[in-house]
Amino acid sequence: MTNLELYKKSFCETFEIQEDALKGLVYQGIPSWDSVGHMNLVATLEEAFDIMMDTDDVIDLSSYEKGIEILKDHYDIGF
Amino acid sequence: MMWDLCQYSDNTAIIDENGTTITYGTLEREGNKITDVIGKRCLVFLLCKNVIGSIIGYTAFIDQKIVPVLLNSQLEKGSLDKLLSVYRPSYLWIPDEDTIRFPDMEVVYSAFQYSLLKNDNGVECPLHPELGLLLTTSGSTGSPKFIRQSYKNIKVNADSIMQYLGLNERERPITTLPMNYTYGLSVINSHLLVGATLLVTDRSLMQREFWGFFKDMEATSLSGVPYTYEMLDKMRFQRMGLPDSFKTLTQAGGKLTPALHKKFAAYAQANGKKFIVMYGQCEATARMGYLPAENALEKCGSMGIAIPGGKFHLIDEDGQEISTPYITGELVYEGENVTLGYAECLEDLVKGDERGGILLTGDMAQCDGDGFYYIVGRKKRFLKIYGNRVNLDEVDRLIKARFDNMDCASTGVDDHMYLFVTDAILADEVRQYIISKTGLNRAAFKVITIDEIPKNDAGKTLYKELEIYYR
Repeated sequence: MTNLELYKKSFCETFEIQEDALKGLVYQGIPSWDSVGHMNLVATLEEAFDIMMDTDDVIDLSSYEKGIEILKDHYDIGF
Repeated sequence: MMWDLCQYSDNTAIIDENGTTITYGTLEREGNKITDVIGKRCLVFLLCKNVIGSIIGYTAFIDQKIVPVLLNSQLEKGSLDKLLSVYRPSYLWIPDEDTIRFPDMEVVYSAFQYSLLKNDNGVECPLHPELGLLLTTSGSTGSPKFIRQSYKNIKVNADSIMQYLGLNERERPITTLPMNYTYGLSVINSHLLVGATLLVTDRSLMQREFWGFFKDMEATSLSGVPYTYEMLDKMRFQRMGLPDSFKTLTQAGGKLTPALHKKFAAYAQANGKKFIVMYGQCEATARMGYLPAENALEKCGSMGIAIPGGKFHLIDEDGQEISTPYITGELVYEGENVTLGYAECLEDLVKGDERGGILLTGDMAQCDGDGFYYIVGRKKRFLKIYGNRVNLDEVDRLIKARFDNMDCASTGVDDHMYLFVTDAILADEVRQYIISKTGLNRAAFKVITIDEIPKNDAGKTLYKELEIYYR
């Protein structure tokens, strides 16, 4: 599985949504991405990519696209 | 009068995240404008948000003896309609943006992004003179069961909280819980009593804006349910570099894992802060017990001792008092904050005190040799999901009513509910239904299809036998 696939899968499984809903998805844009969902997303991403996210990154992860940027820039994950 | 707002007339009462600031003087004056329009003791539905308008309405209603029903502004339409038809309030005080949900009601007054709607279907019903407000039990499955809190309940509990937390007018608590939730409300009640400043926001801990507001406004305290502390831990809260103003963390709404309790107690001790675990229920207004900060580490896992003015004891199955340490019994609380009782319909609002200051908590507890209490289980069938109480029997009833008497059984552990059903085709639909009814994050709900719900000869569901599927 590529990193992008793994990233998408983390979102789809955490929020129980289909891949076509990912583009442009933002925090609180769907009921399942509330603060509880956010916590679960962070946990899933940390496990999937074997990383520990910093506080700032946890807070900044405000959209599907922003997350890719964070993982690329701060955790050396290639997309 | 509940609060002596004019005593603190020039103090800042509330600051919101847009920078709007109001003094206690303004809080009182603006509140009077709303209650002048209403002009009588009656029932009002207050759709709550952590914003200034919501709090102005609340304090005015309480001070002017108008009885508010505190509901979440996000409450699902079907549930709200049902409550409106059961309780038929004379007015609604709601966020401006929600007025479109009630096209038949006339807006008779507006201020601070809140509007007063007159309900033509409202009825004037007798309200018991001591009745101060109505709250749902923490969670909400749209059940019309409310808790009747008296003016005295609210006052003595706020007083007691003020005492054991040592609150004064320099406090600046930030809102992290909804104000229609008993714990969130108790933060407001106790701080208004001392002339402190409430920092109000509906943002979540997961948003940069929350922490910006927190730091800029130099918040002094934070309150959270167990899930809040899991989030704070996940965010590496200990390394967040919060302002020195920040002094106190309180926790309630369910039992924190001993590991997290220890972690936050140790953090607080090492950084000159106070971490205070508390215990309560809506049936006792809010608080019944607290673990003093100085005991937080030593008594890890304990919810502490009774609050000032209250008393705890344990009883065995025959109702006899247990005096030996480390024997499990049902926790009983005595104090003036024990609420009047429940209401399930309009006619119940005239009822007086049905409890006489004594509450059987339904929680099973032990007491150690030093008089500190530990919650070890529950007598009643409910779960705490993200701090919200969800009644499992109510969930079973909802499913059966909606799905044609399909056999089902709901059970689980805190933050994880398991819905057992006997028809695989309906499984997903059942889960969706309960998610929408509770309004809680879907991550808490799992559905499992089994051939048959285990029952005893009398037809009673054997919930224990279902534990093998999730323990």
